[in-house]
Amino acid sequence: MPALSIKNLHKTYKNGFQALKGIDLEVESGDFFALLGPNGAGKSTTIGIITGLVTKSGGSVSIYGHDIEHEIEAAKTHIGLVPQEINFSQFEPVIDIVVNQAGYYGLERTLAKQRAAKYLKALGLWEKRNDRSRTLSGGMKRRLMIARALVHEPKLLILDEPTAGVDIELRRSMWEFLRATNLDGTTIILTTHYLEEAERLCRRIAIIDQGEIIENTSMKRLVAQLDMETFILDIRQHLTEPPLVDGYHLRLVDETTLEVDVSKALGINELFRGLSEQGVEVVSMRNKANRLEELFIRLLDKSANNAHA
Amino acid sequence: MLSGTARRYAIAYQTIVIKEVARFLRIWVQTILPAAITMTLYFLIFGNLIGPRIGEMEGFRYVQYIAPGIIMMAVITNSYANVVSSFFGSKFQKHIEEMLVAPIPNWIIIAGFITGGVARGLCVGVVVTAVALFFTDLQVHSLTVMASTILLTAMLFSLGGLINGLFARNFDDTSIIPTFVLTPLTYLGGVFYSIKLLPETWQIVSFGNPILYMVNAFRYGVLGVSDIPLPAAYGVILLFIAALWLLSLRLFNQGTGIKT
Repeated sequence: MPALSIKNLHKTYKNGFQALKGIDLEVESGDFFALLGPNGAGKSTTIGIITGLVTKSGGSVSIYGHDIEHEIEAAKTHIGLVPQEINFSQFEPVIDIVVNQAGYYGLERTLAKQRAAKYLKALGLWEKRNDRSRTLSGGMKRRLMIARALVHEPKLLILDEPTAGVDIELRRSMWEFLRATNLDGTTIILTTHYLEEAERLCRRIAIIDQGEIIENTSMKRLVAQLDMETFILDIRQHLTEPPLVDGYHLRLVDETTLEVDVSKALGINELFRGLSEQGVEVVSMRNKANRLEELFIRLLDKSANNAHA
Repeated sequence: MLSGTARRYAIAYQTIVIKEVARFLRIWVQTILPAAITMTLYFLIFGNLIGPRIGEMEGFRYVQYIAPGIIMMAVITNSYANVVSSFFGSKFQKHIEEMLVAPIPNWIIIAGFITGGVARGLCVGVVVTAVALFFTDLQVHSLTVMASTILLTAMLFSLGGLINGLFARNFDDTSIIPTFVLTPLTYLGGVFYSIKLLPETWQIVSFGNPILYMVNAFRYGVLGVSDIPLPAAYGVILLFIAALWLLSLRLFNQGTGIKT
């Protein structure tokens, strides 16, 4: 049974804006799923409808087989939501926010307190449990929302840009936490602007643009579509002109840095051999841009061109 | 023993009530203390300073006569204010979403907020009653009438506050009804006078003011005198509660002010 099944979902707001134009989406149980798209593409509207915060205009949504129209309570029981915007009381102590959320899902007070302790400890917030939530840092507030979403131990966790504005160290620790949560059996749907995040964490990906799904595939298959990557090479020698290697177009960024486009067909070994023959020693190498980012932009351009055609 | 669903509902309801009560107790300087100070001034000015010059009303000293009305006025304004500010605050800070994403039926959310408003209304009612005892003796004519009237009135105005909170789009919207509707109706609802003092036309107009029924029913419970027959007072209060409950449930189900 899929964790989430969306069929022909439409949403038109009162001002006439058509946010969703009939999307279909299925997320398997246990999956780590990325939902990507530019701002205003319809990601948050989709999440809003799934979680009961936005009223759909048409189509159907079911969570673990429970239709949100006819079995809304059963459907909601399975969902935990980490929204994009901070949405807890700024005046309540941290522990109360998590314990109360457990209460809304029907957990007895004693169990709610145990669960709150478990997740606040796991997310490094236990020391702050009696502090007013407004005193927390931005990263802590994000983690508090994750603890709150998990306190009733949902089968489906939906995170709407959970690491926005979070520093890289904290972001990596959140990735580890989410990966472990997924391995424990929780299905996760993630929207993010950090494409590296999606590539590192998610097994499947859907891209939404202007209210339509323009891609829905596995992460491996998506990345495999890339036939060309751009690399930055740091070299030991000081050059004034780029070296010439057959089949590769090398560009000099500065006297010790080269930029090169490498096609999948050609590979990278010939490049190193060619450089070595010319006495150029490569000290380090990195991708110029995130691979997924390149693909993402390409897909959005294609979608825009199709829309104008 | 409650079934699984009933148990879940009971816990959710209890959680909302705990949260609401904790909220107004946490900020008691804003929620409880002002009523005590304002009502002390009413008793001091209208009861002790002006009251002796007015003399008796319906066979009671003036301060005694106005005491039930003043208590009721505090209950009305505080139960309304509690729900409108708490509910709009939860919309403004978006933490109403904590409840909306959870498997709680709308009527439980409404009941939770209403209970919070009733709790504050009663809490303030007790404080103001204690203040009143510094200025006058209060008898109890009928504890049942007293308790039921104050409880039902607090429910009614909590529902009013909730509906205001649903429609409110900014903080100004939360003060329009209390300032321009509630306060005039309360002052003209027989808190400080018996409507028998009014010319006949104004007596008839006064019967259109629902607060008159609540103040008089409560006054009957305390002093045993009322301008309104008790069954009529209960009828009006219950009718308003039913109407406002159905309206708030309908607004919630439609998602007015809380869903897009």
